[in-house]
Amino acid sequence: MTLPRLFGSAALTLASLLSGGLVSNASAQVAIRGDVIHTGDGGRLQNGVLVIEDGKISAMGPAADIVIPGGFEVLSAAVVTPGLVDVRSVVGLAGAYAIEGKDQDQVEEGSAIQPELRALDAYNPRDELVAWVRGFGVTTVQTGHAPEELVPGQLFIVKTRGVSADADAVKTVSGVAATIGEAAVRSGKDSPGTRGKMMALLRAKLIEGQAYVESQNRASADEDKDAPKRDLALDAIAAVLRGELPLVVTAHRAQDIASALRLADEFKVQLVLDGASESYLMLDEIKASGFPVSLHATMKRSVGEAENLSFQTAAKLHEASIPFAIQSGYEAYVPKTRVVLFEAAVAASHGLGFDAALASITSGAARILGLQDRVGTLAVGMDGDVALFDGDPFEYTTHCVGTVIEGVVVARGERQR
Amino acid sequence: MILPLLLSLAATAAPPLAQGPGAPGGPAGPAEPGATATTRAFVGARILPISGPEIETGVLVVSDGKIVSVTAGGAVPEGAEVIDAAGKTIMPGLVCTHSHLGGIGGADGSGPIQPDVRVSDSINVRDAGYMRALAGGLTALNVMPGSGHLLSGQTCYLKLRADASTIEDMFIRDADGAPTGGIKMANGTNPMRGGAFPGTRGRSAALVRQQFIAAQEYMAKIEAAGDDETKLPNRHIGMEALAEVLSGKRVVHHHTHRHDDILTVLRLAEEFHFRVVLHHVSEAWKVADEIAASGAACSIILVDSPGGKPEAIDVAFKTGGVLERAGVKVAFHTDDWITDSRLFLRMGALAVRAGMSREGALRALTLSGAEILELEDRIGSLEPGKDADFTILDGDPFSVYTKVLETWVEGEKRFDRGLPEHALYAEGGYGAAHDQEPYFCCFGLQAGGQ
Repeated sequence: MTLPRLFGSAALTLASLLSGGLVSNASAQVAIRGDVIHTGDGGRLQNGVLVIEDGKISAMGPAADIVIPGGFEVLSAAVVTPGLVDVRSVVGLAGAYAIEGKDQDQVEEGSAIQPELRALDAYNPRDELVAWVRGFGVTTVQTGHAPEELVPGQLFIVKTRGVSADADAVKTVSGVAATIGEAAVRSGKDSPGTRGKMMALLRAKLIEGQAYVESQNRASADEDKDAPKRDLALDAIAAVLRGELPLVVTAHRAQDIASALRLADEFKVQLVLDGASESYLMLDEIKASGFPVSLHATMKRSVGEAENLSFQTAAKLHEASIPFAIQSGYEAYVPKTRVVLFEAAVAASHGLGFDAALASITSGAARILGLQDRVGTLAVGMDGDVALFDGDPFEYTTHCVGTVIEGVVVARGERQR
Repeated sequence: MILPLLLSLAATAAPPLAQGPGAPGGPAGPAEPGATATTRAFVGARILPISGPEIETGVLVVSDGKIVSVTAGGAVPEGAEVIDAAGKTIMPGLVCTHSHLGGIGGADGSGPIQPDVRVSDSINVRDAGYMRALAGGLTALNVMPGSGHLLSGQTCYLKLRADASTIEDMFIRDADGAPTGGIKMANGTNPMRGGAFPGTRGRSAALVRQQFIAAQEYMAKIEAAGDDETKLPNRHIGMEALAEVLSGKRVVHHHTHRHDDILTVLRLAEEFHFRVVLHHVSEAWKVADEIAASGAACSIILVDSPGGKPEAIDVAFKTGGVLERAGVKVAFHTDDWITDSRLFLRMGALAVRAGMSREGALRALTLSGAEILELEDRIGSLEPGKDADFTILDGDPFSVYTKVLETWVEGEKRFDRGLPEHALYAEGGYGAAHDQEPYFCCFGLQAGGQ
């Protein structure tokens, strides 16, 4: 559906290319030719070319219509897709070695509610797993604190370039994570120990946040009123209450999904339903809520509160027209991260189909992250984030032969073996 | 129990597979005598016998739980039930050489070496994991205790037979009727837990050596006693199991990841002359020639990313191909719950993507696994006389889009994707994990639990 726009833009962009300089200091200049280019939103371009100039796609169309400027590196592949977008990960925080105190910054066990923890401060761009997923075409991830406490901390969105959290960040805060269910249970006399207590603590914190916001509002409206003493945790809660950040609630059981929806209704906050193993039991309620689903990895282990998960959930969400994306999620052990390419592949073969599966890790994920104007589709003006494959990207035996982030070739298939 | 009579049947059946497609017994051949009411002929499928070349359009005949013939358009015995398998692919039931399905519990926290423990005493045969395994095309498993011990107990080789009510119904038995199995050992970080357990690699090896020396002494006492029962040592079931290891009767299935840990296993195996299969071997690609020289086989796992613990940081998809080219016998395993038995075929495909031959990867899912479990005379390939354990696919084994349609064990259909109650296990959904007890190996340790 986006094809006409793409074709139309080609001539225009060509003109701009000819008038503009060919070399930029900002990034390399790259052109990519694909036997087929999947635009990420269902569009296909046979024997297409896209040109990335200064980090953005500057031209795209049939190979015959696109003149590749001199001096550009030309990459070629059987199949070209947008750089993949992982809607929920912990890479960069949950390091590859899994050594407590060394590279495990995905959960701070000090207390149950810590919305002040910024993912930006915890992200190691040079962790092996960031490079790993980059090698499989993943260019954008929402990563952050793991769903292992009631409110484990914040999430942020980052390109997988591996330079620095600041340089690579797309959004420095993209959501506040919360967990309802077994993973949020604390042992002994620590709260929460039950689901009832989890909801009581969440409600109490949100009510505290409401008072904080009201106090801030009064102070800004009336010079005689003092603003409340600054509280980093309540700052984050306030951003959720003001609708500036979504509450990304990990809930697997249907009853926990219902609790999340009830909470959102009471406090008028924006949710992303995360994990959501049993969302297939809640299609009507989720659809009515309008909230998107950040669905568990298709191959997530079906144990504990996720024991009823299904390979077909993605297909059912798709059929119900519920916005969703497939995540890599959190793994405590082996494999230390999943790869959304592999997870979407299994969903594709279990009812979702190729186009919807690809959308679930490109355009669909970008929409949930509010980045649909930058990443997740291939079109003129979008970030030059591209994945290259030597066949059907979902086939087990296909290789990702190249990954490009904003025009820079960041992987050339070296992770495939 | 059904072993002897079938071998004679095989003798009268179709030509052996080694002759390949196009061999004698064309489509117009006369009906073979001797068909019984339970004889079934699967006609028209692409058949991957593993022990021989692929047959483009073949006929698989099974009877009384055994394979009668595998031919390219060969004869269908008179009276046989004919099953149209056109467009489908039939291959041997997959053999998983390392699984933890069944809610198992082996050795406990009382010590690092517990050869007296039998994992078979802990298995829930109704665990939904076994249905999931069937949904993945698996028919035989080596079910093992975990890797949090230097030696965590005796393993058992199981068939996913119909109507198993007790573990005895699942055992694969030897010629004497005894359940088959190996013994599980581990080195590297998982058993290094402090307390009664070792804290270092050196200590780990020392504890194992000391234990095997004790077993040698136990065996020597028995030998010295000769016919004089009064001189026999007191019976010690742990020592009995170790004696089976040292006498070559019971193979060691050894968890080991890092290249130096792999070589330590080989060193101990050489010193004490036990037979060993190297499991996981994340860094086998660094010491492939040394492994090849030892003659040890490898049971490997491929996972979707490296790490999770330091010794798995260099795990690589290429391991299967590297070992294959070095001449090492390679089988795959699920390590279920580490990977999902329903997606076992995927592991072969991942190996192929990283350079293993297609033929080698198919073998590593079937016949090589059977050889590692020393069951190659009965399972692992489609050959006359072998158990009728096979799986029927709707496409190429190594395509993501392929589904397991049916799985048959000893001539009985155990999984049928067309049945909603079976599809539940294949796809997941509400109730798909009933009765299922996850076993996390050392997951609890990593998460600070246990």
